[in-house]
Amino acid sequence: MVPPVYYAALSAVLFTIGVIGVIARRNPLVIFMAIELMLNAANLAFVAFGHARGAADGQVIVLFVMTVAAAEVAVGLAIMVAIFRARYRINVDDLSLLRW
Amino acid sequence: MEALLFAVVALGAIGSAIGLVVRPNPLHGALFLVGNLFCVAVLYLMLRAEFLALAQVIVYAGAIMVLFIFAIMLLIPGKTEIGPDPLRGQRRLALPLGGALGLIVVLVIARIGVARGPVPRGTDGGIGTIGRLLFTDYLLPFEITSILLLAALVGTLTLAKRRAP
Repeated sequence: MVPPVYYAALSAVLFTIGVIGVIARRNPLVIFMAIELMLNAANLAFVAFGHARGAADGQVIVLFVMTVAAAEVAVGLAIMVAIFRARYRINVDDLSLLRW
Repeated sequence: MEALLFAVVALGAIGSAIGLVVRPNPLHGALFLVGNLFCVAVLYLMLRAEFLALAQVIVYAGAIMVLFIFAIMLLIPGKTEIGPDPLRGQRRLALPLGGALGLIVVLVIARIGVARGPVPRGTDGGIGTIGRLLFTDYLLPFEITSILLLAALVGTLTLAKRRAP
C-alpha cells in the first residue's frame, strides 16, 4: 500500500504546475485549464487523506468541488464568449479596463 | 506492484500536467488535461474511491472537457498566443516563484507528515457510504450546491444572451 504522504506530494507537485501555468500563460482558456489542474490536485489530496483516516468525508467534499468546478467552467466560458464578441480576440493582458 | 502502478500513473499525471502548461496550442493542452484527469481517476481507484473515479471520468473528462474544446474551437482564431508580450518580465518569474511554492508545500508535508488513522473500513468507496453522508452530515452544503448550480445556469444564460440591437 502506497503511503498517503506520496499522494500528498504528488498533489503538491500537480498544484504547483497549475500555479505556474496560471502565471506563465496568456490564453485565458489555458489559464482555466490550469485552474482545473489545481482543483484536481486538491481533490486528490482530499481523497488520499480521507482514505488514510478511513473516512468517506473527503470523497463527499470532492463531489462538492466537482460541482463548483463545473459551475465555474460554465460561467467562465460564457464570460469569455462575451469578451470575444466585444473584442474579437482574447488575451488576458488586454483586459485591463477595470484595473485601478 | 501497487507502488509500481502508483509510480507509473504519477509520472503520467505529472507529464501530462507539464504538457498542458508547455504546449502553445490550447487544443493539445485540453487533450493533455484529459490524460491528467484519467491518471487521477486511476489514483482514485487505487484509493478505493470507485464512485469518484467514475464521476471524474464522466463529469470532468466527459462534460467539462467537451465544453472546453467547444470553447477553444469557437474562440481561438489563430492557434497560438501571438503579439508582443507586455508582461514578459513578470512571466519569467513564474518558474522560480512556482518552484519556490512547490518546495515550501513539499517541505511542509514532509515536516508534518500524514497521520495514519484507523485501518480503512471495507465499504469506504461504496456509493452507499457517500450517499448516507451526503444526506445526513452534509445535507446543508448539498442543498446549497443546488442553488449554486441554478445561479450558474441563470448567469450563463444572461451572459451568453445576444443583446437586442
